[in-house]
Amino acid sequence: MTAAVKVKGARRTGVDWFLLFLRVLLIGLIAIGLLAFIAQQIDPNNWFARLTHDGEAASRLSWPQFRGLIVTGLSQGAMYGLIALGYSMVYGVLGFINFAHGEVFMVGAFTGFIMSNKFDEAGWWDGPIFIPVILITILVSTLVATATAVIMERVAYRPLRGSPRLIPLITSIGVSFFIQNAVILLFGPGAKGYPPNPDWLEETIPVVGIEVKKLLVIVVAAISMAGLWYFVERTKTGKAMRAVAEDKEIASLMGIDVNKTIVTTFAVGGAMAGIAGILWGILFKSVIATTGFLPGIKAFTAAVVGGVGNLGGAMAGGVSLGSAEALAPLMLLEPLGVEGPSQLRDAVVFTLLILVLLVKPTGLFGERLSSEDRA
Amino acid sequence: MSTTTTDNDVFEPSPAESAMAAAPVQSSVDWNKVARFGGILALALVFISLSGMPVGLDKRTILYWINPGVYVNNPDGVGLTLGYLSLLIWPILLGWAVGNEVVLEGMQATKRGFSDLLAGFGVGALGGLGVFALTFLMGLDREMDPDSGALVYGVRDPLVNWNENLYVLLTFNRGWGFALWVWPLLAGVLALIGAGLRLLPDGIRKAVLAAVTAIVSVSIFQFLIDDVIEGVGETINDPGRLSNFFGDPDDGRPRVDSVFDGLIEFVYAQTGGLRLQGMILIGVVAAALSLAGSYVTRGRFKASRKAYFDKPLAQRTMSTSVLMFVTALALIILPFFTGKIANELFANVGIFLLLALGLNIVVGLAGILDLGYVAFFAVGGYTTAVLTSAGRGDEWPSWVPLFVTDDGEAVVGGWLIALVFVVIFAAITGLLIGAPVIRMRGDYLAIVTLGFGEIIRLLFLSDWLSGYFGGAQGITNIESADFGPLGTVSGINPRSVFYLVLFFSAIAIYVSWRLERSRLGRAWMAIREDESVAEAMGINTVNMKLMAFVVGAVLASFSGAIFSAKVGSIFPTSFLILVSIIILVVVIVGGMGNIMGVIVGSLVLIGVLGGPKQPGLLQEFSEYKLLIYGALLIWMMLKRPEGLVPNARRSRELHQDEFLQDAWLKGEVDTGDDGDVAVEVAPA
Amino acid sequence: MKKFLTILAMFASLALIAAACGSTLDEAAETATDAAGDAADAVDEAMEDDEAMEDDEAMEDDEAMEDDEAMEDGDAMAEHLGDGSLGTVIVEDGAEVQIRSLNAISGDVAFLGLPNQRGVEQAVVDYGDIKGFSVTSGEGLDDLCSADGGQAAAQQIVADEQIVGIIGTSCSGAATAAAPLISDAGMVMISGSNTSPALTSDQQGNAGPDWRVGYYRTAHNDLFQGAAMAEFVFNELGLTSAAAIHDGDPYTNGLADAFANAFSELGGEVTSVTGVAKEDTDMVPVLTEVAAGSPQALFFPIFQPAGDFVADQAGGVAGLEDTVLLAADGLLNDGFMGLEQSVGIHFSGPDTRFGTNTNQSTGVSAEDFLATYEANNGSAPEAPFWGHSYDATALLLDAIDAASWVDGDGNLNIDRQGVRDHLNSVRGYEGLIGTINCDDFGDCGSQKITIIEHLDAADIPASQANVVFEYAPQ
Repeated sequence: MTAAVKVKGARRTGVDWFLLFLRVLLIGLIAIGLLAFIAQQIDPNNWFARLTHDGEAASRLSWPQFRGLIVTGLSQGAMYGLIALGYSMVYGVLGFINFAHGEVFMVGAFTGFIMSNKFDEAGWWDGPIFIPVILITILVSTLVATATAVIMERVAYRPLRGSPRLIPLITSIGVSFFIQNAVILLFGPGAKGYPPNPDWLEETIPVVGIEVKKLLVIVVAAISMAGLWYFVERTKTGKAMRAVAEDKEIASLMGIDVNKTIVTTFAVGGAMAGIAGILWGILFKSVIATTGFLPGIKAFTAAVVGGVGNLGGAMAGGVSLGSAEALAPLMLLEPLGVEGPSQLRDAVVFTLLILVLLVKPTGLFGERLSSEDRA
Repeated sequence: MSTTTTDNDVFEPSPAESAMAAAPVQSSVDWNKVARFGGILALALVFISLSGMPVGLDKRTILYWINPGVYVNNPDGVGLTLGYLSLLIWPILLGWAVGNEVVLEGMQATKRGFSDLLAGFGVGALGGLGVFALTFLMGLDREMDPDSGALVYGVRDPLVNWNENLYVLLTFNRGWGFALWVWPLLAGVLALIGAGLRLLPDGIRKAVLAAVTAIVSVSIFQFLIDDVIEGVGETINDPGRLSNFFGDPDDGRPRVDSVFDGLIEFVYAQTGGLRLQGMILIGVVAAALSLAGSYVTRGRFKASRKAYFDKPLAQRTMSTSVLMFVTALALIILPFFTGKIANELFANVGIFLLLALGLNIVVGLAGILDLGYVAFFAVGGYTTAVLTSAGRGDEWPSWVPLFVTDDGEAVVGGWLIALVFVVIFAAITGLLIGAPVIRMRGDYLAIVTLGFGEIIRLLFLSDWLSGYFGGAQGITNIESADFGPLGTVSGINPRSVFYLVLFFSAIAIYVSWRLERSRLGRAWMAIREDESVAEAMGINTVNMKLMAFVVGAVLASFSGAIFSAKVGSIFPTSFLILVSIIILVVVIVGGMGNIMGVIVGSLVLIGVLGGPKQPGLLQEFSEYKLLIYGALLIWMMLKRPEGLVPNARRSRELHQDEFLQDAWLKGEVDTGDDGDVAVEVAPA
Repeated sequence: MKKFLTILAMFASLALIAAACGSTLDEAAETATDAAGDAADAVDEAMEDDEAMEDDEAMEDDEAMEDDEAMEDGDAMAEHLGDGSLGTVIVEDGAEVQIRSLNAISGDVAFLGLPNQRGVEQAVVDYGDIKGFSVTSGEGLDDLCSADGGQAAAQQIVADEQIVGIIGTSCSGAATAAAPLISDAGMVMISGSNTSPALTSDQQGNAGPDWRVGYYRTAHNDLFQGAAMAEFVFNELGLTSAAAIHDGDPYTNGLADAFANAFSELGGEVTSVTGVAKEDTDMVPVLTEVAAGSPQALFFPIFQPAGDFVADQAGGVAGLEDTVLLAADGLLNDGFMGLEQSVGIHFSGPDTRFGTNTNQSTGVSAEDFLATYEANNGSAPEAPFWGHSYDATALLLDAIDAASWVDGDGNLNIDRQGVRDHLNSVRGYEGLIGTINCDDFGDCGSQKITIIEHLDAADIPASQANVVFEYAPQ
């Protein structure tokens, strides 16, 4: 990330000029898009809106619609944040992107699918004992996800400790590919449905206009985050994790079992992904073998946006990414006259990633990495 | 599991040393290890069973004459099927692997003997018990449906392959009681054979392995071999065919009547698979060749090969040109002997070879992990499509050229002119994608390029730009590449596509080869090894990396242009992330940074297993190929990060610690219990 | 530099060789065929060349040879269709007539392709022998639902000159790449589930850009389904504004566009046509985008799982509470209709009330077919195009029957052009899917579209029978 710290007075090359142009262009587009959005909220028939909409008036978003977008962005972002924690922690400790972390999340969601359907067959899912049943489901999914992450570390990553940086990254791509396709072969390629949620989960809280399940997602994510924060900042194991992230060799000299700590990191990250998986299942009631791939990459994006290694940043990054993803098509692209803006949602996410890396490579809230990982 | 030549050169003690290490330690069975390997085997077998591979591959017969008892999909066939092979291969491999041990410098090798056989059998038996456990559970779960009288399974949902077919196949249709003894015994014996291979003298073992490999590959590649032999026979009958250079390969080519017909009939059974006589013939020939190789020439071939590679580059030129000329000639003649399907296969391999060669420059030479490489493929394909299809979007202004005549025919040379634009646009895209990412950390770069790959695909797919690129409807009716007197290259005639691809691959190989040895290539490699040091040495890393992006992009765009002319229509679904990853696997499995490796990688992976949407020789594998790709990627990274055909410099880099650290320290780093995973120093 | 020049020279010389050979191609071909013509009395040999010959230059000699044969075979020849211009397939005594199924049988579209393939297999069994020769559909081939996959599979098919025709593909994208090869090889393809107008015609008498001679289909044309849905919404439901969502698949994209065009032609207002990605799960943004235009109806002709999410989340988006949801045959399956959120949605699709419709060639009714299907495969077909594939197969076998004759040696001769001639002239054929008429551009489907209203997630057959609107073009 040498680009960020440009020595004053150093000669600018063509690449620098181009990057400057790119930054200005992206920020400019965002600004124009936002202004146009505000303008068309005030007057859908203003000249710019007519210009971008082939001479017709633009449409205006109502407050409930806008609120719906924000809520969905927040709940989606909360899940991204939970997954991002795993990326962030592993990157902090081992310095590589665990591409397969998204698959841990998918395994969590899949376990939830199997459990919930078995409970549903027994008639317990929709009944009065829904709360204990879902707690058990969450527990089992989390355990399976944790186990997946730990086995992954043991089989694929530990033997590679100390090899060149890209090697574990490529391995993790292989792991991701393998798990995805193993699930396809074992359980079939189609989408797997969760049983219907109990009615009260589907209701919308009056006045605030949030669906109960989305609120649940946000609350559970917040609780998990708080628990994780406590674990990392206040317990001895957490301290060991931070020490290992800072410097493995010195940590081991201080009597910390580095291997064990790394396993713990994977386990905790896996647990967070598992929780995200089951929340995903409750929110969308469907899971498919490829469920983990894109959310996984987006979660990594969230981790980068928030600042890798920074747990609060990962959560904040997730939430901002989720919101951006929900809002940007309608607030930026549509006012600019892009047809079918929702198709370009993922493009928005990746553009955001590029923009953040260009403007503030250490993420919005700053990286916390050891010096060797920062290289 | 076998050691590589490079490893051998370094680690294997010289004969004198091994002689000195007399009185080897007599070993006893390490039951812990046996249990671990047995467990792994059991899990692997259960997983493979439940993944559906045994049942799915049951249609393909390998050996026609062995009758294991039951065929789910193939009731009237007899023979060892690929489905059973997918299970039975593992006990052999793990039986061999359990005898693997880490011999570090200064340690003595243990003597091989009965204990190895015992360990092997133990591993196999445990694995077999795993299969039995599966059949037992399935047997418990299996019940008669009162309504239809059919057998049903309670656990069926969600495990899709937990069904009657699998049960029948695993129990040989004799119930789980049969599986109780037959699987442990069968797997045990196979693992014992695997372990026993270690007891054989080197030469004999090589001969046995050669025979087995030959038998299996001759059987698996039946279609290709059949095709080529028939073609050769045809040409001997009628040499006139050779004049029909660009014509339809199947023109005037009767299916039978080849001079080699007798041979084919002798070897292959009617329903596929080898006959007993064919198996013996091939096994004997292969073993004899192998023995001849090791005993008659006594390593002279190896020595001359080594001598060749030891020669300074300048002196290799003569032999290199001869080799290249022979290869080129062989490749030009080959398509005459093969039919449409084989040529189509070659054409697909070529398209991916071009892509892999390009990615090899980016990843292998410059060390930039580009996961969005498919973007350049897409740019090449779409640029060609826009310039040579009347069916392109209707929003293009009239000054954007269209190389199609008014009555919808291809303009002679239009594809070539389009190619100029393709190169320009690909280079620009390379710069645009490259510039923002080159200063990023390697792993961030990977994600951002992946993002770029998706952005480009989404733009091609979007309604927003559908007036230009057709959106989801793609661009159809792309003209074939008309080279006037040279002929026309179109999907209808795969042989012509093969020649086109061959030509561009030759260019790509030449470019890669020259670049690798140029100032630029050395700069790339310096950047790959250590960017800061490279910068300190005065290399302009930014420009050099941008160059890598541009060169890679241009090579990929060639491939896209050929793809576009070949398929005749282009859709965004051909450019998924999957393609990038498969190309990456090809490069890595073949050997990063090594042209030969990339060629081998594409032949082995794309040719045999198939590309993302292209069938390979083993069409039966199409459902499992992605799983195999994933597994291969992991396995290669763990065992042989330098690839099948390693690049000397690269493998030294990857095994740096093994060179630098002494044995004891190394033992500690590898945490002891899984030495076989990290170190590759078993005696060969 | 010197080395570079050497290599360059090598390539140049190679290019020259290629050029030389290329320019002599025509001559070479001609000499080859002349030679064959001279040896015309050796009939067997000539026949073998005959089937392989596809070059235009070869055609004249070809026809000449056909005449020779005609004299020999005498009256047996007189009864079959075709002029031999595309060559003949000779099935030797005791061998089987070869046709193939080319469908999407793996991956997430297998639900569409597998019933198609099984339809083909059952039809081959039901049809029985042709002039004493049995028929085989061989191993089912996979079109991978993509252009590249379709081309590779087609390559495999055209390499086997014994194959007369294929039933497929499942996906229109695969057909655009496969049709040129099949057409060029003189074979025919009849698809049971391609619906893209580009493959046949715009129904105004203009061939679609991807139409090829020898391409036929028994599935409906998208234009009809779009028109049916538009008419239903505008005239039946009396709604004047509508929106459509597709998922980036050529099929859904084409159908959404067809609907939008038909709807605005009727005078309705199309508020938006927009898209999602297949892997999207959170549909609130796209639904909000749609809701901003406050349409009265929303047509989402997409697949699972994206369709599940649209149906599930539409109710929660402000502005869509009262919007009528409309889906198409992509979601007309048990998986989707079993979901509670799918109740109340209208589905358009081919008329699947096959009931007791009977295929005139095999005498098998739709009910019989379904009974056999369930017995063989354990469950009912997941997609509705099995009947189309069944009829397609029966049509092809009928065509083979009409275009073939048994020669003096007891071999079955099939005239490729005759097969096409027969298919071109199909009128009033009674199949499982209803009455089949082939137009000039290969559209053979019954084109009957029905719209059903889904009433109860627990009783899907009842919903499927609950037809609220029928559309049948003249």
